[in-house]
Amino acid sequence: MTPGFFRTAWIVARKDLVIEARSRELLYTTVFFAVAVVLMFSFSFVVEGTPLPDAAAGILWVALAFSGTLALGRTFERERQAETLKALILAPTERSALYVGKLIGMLGVMSLVVAVVGPLVLVLFRVSVSGVVWHLLALLVTGGLGFAGVGTLFAAMLSRSLSRDILLPVVLYPLTVPLMIAGVSGTSALLAAEPNLARAEVWLAMLIFFDAVFLTLALWVFDAVMAE
Amino acid sequence: MTQTRLIAGLLVIGAALFAVAPLVIDAAPYESTMGLIQRIFYFHVPSAMVMFASAFVCGIASALYLWRRSPKADRVAIAGAELVVTFGIIVLVTGPLWARKAWGVWWDWGDVRLVTSLVLWLMFVAYMMLRRFAGPGSDVLAAAVGVFGMANVPFVYWSVNVWRTLHPQTTVVRSLDPAMRPAFYLSLVAFICLYVGLLLLRVRLERARGSLEAAYADLED
Repeated sequence: MTPGFFRTAWIVARKDLVIEARSRELLYTTVFFAVAVVLMFSFSFVVEGTPLPDAAAGILWVALAFSGTLALGRTFERERQAETLKALILAPTERSALYVGKLIGMLGVMSLVVAVVGPLVLVLFRVSVSGVVWHLLALLVTGGLGFAGVGTLFAAMLSRSLSRDILLPVVLYPLTVPLMIAGVSGTSALLAAEPNLARAEVWLAMLIFFDAVFLTLALWVFDAVMAE
Repeated sequence: MTQTRLIAGLLVIGAALFAVAPLVIDAAPYESTMGLIQRIFYFHVPSAMVMFASAFVCGIASALYLWRRSPKADRVAIAGAELVVTFGIIVLVTGPLWARKAWGVWWDWGDVRLVTSLVLWLMFVAYMMLRRFAGPGSDVLAAAVGVFGMANVPFVYWSVNVWRTLHPQTTVVRSLDPAMRPAFYLSLVAFICLYVGLLLLRVRLERARGSLEAAYADLED
């Protein structure tokens, strides 16, 4: 008997998370890459010892987008090298469950990256999040879900292609422009000296809407693309 | 054969319209605040319209290809994507030229149409790069980008629109003087003829390329 949809997704996700817990390859490389990106930004956006106002939100999201792309490429590179992607696709289960499983594994890694990089940016750029923590987390979760959702689809498809390392960001960044705009704008509304919760909620609602559309489309395309 | 005539007809009509366009545009009223530079509008706006239409042609063809795997849809998708990039270059060159004279800046992040055009153009450049560099299976991959690219257009427009309202806005003259309409519609028809002609021609080229490849493959067997 083959396991159901959610069970399959969970098995795939757990497999990724167990590999990660044992090797910590993705986690270490991605976290330190994100820290390096933040460092580069610090030298660009801290003028005479004072961070530029409103820089923190953009830096946080760009660091996450960069490191997310790296992690996405790496997780499918691992599958490709071990020839396990083919095995997964040949398995007699729903293909969209595989997509959901890989997505959950990816979100697991990314939330650990956020846990390190988020506080780092807040400290380095001297912004306070008192009273807006839940809003900020909601933006990061919905934005991250959309980004990882589109990213997992294209990383999976690109895993068998040539020049995949460079093509993933080339494809992914223009496609995720709406998510990026909403994420950065919502976050900078929260991190401003006078936090604007109402405005952040508008962006949050847009992110939820984008997530719904992108994930539906990704599920449909994944099923159609991985057919062969 | 009828298709050859259709393509030739469209391109000839297009060429004739482009030939008379300068005269008609010259006869259109002089826009007092922007002056001569406003006349770039007659080429800028139609090429933008054709570019957006082409994105939808490519997106719908890509969806059909993903769903039915019809090689015909794939050929239309390639042709559509290439023309988005081509007409996009016209839009992205004429836009800043106009902006420089009308608003005093080359690029204005406050103009939602300009920003959306740039993002759309980048998405279809990504499509072309996939087709060129991704190797085997790039047709399906590119089709996915085509579908996402098309679906993304309204969201990009929407999010840029909300985003830029947080910034100071430049006012743009947007109502079209009735006396400018003949020149505008003439240019629009010229661009549509050119677009449809090129699209059909490109689809045909792709079909010929496909049959040539198939013939080579047969020869080797």
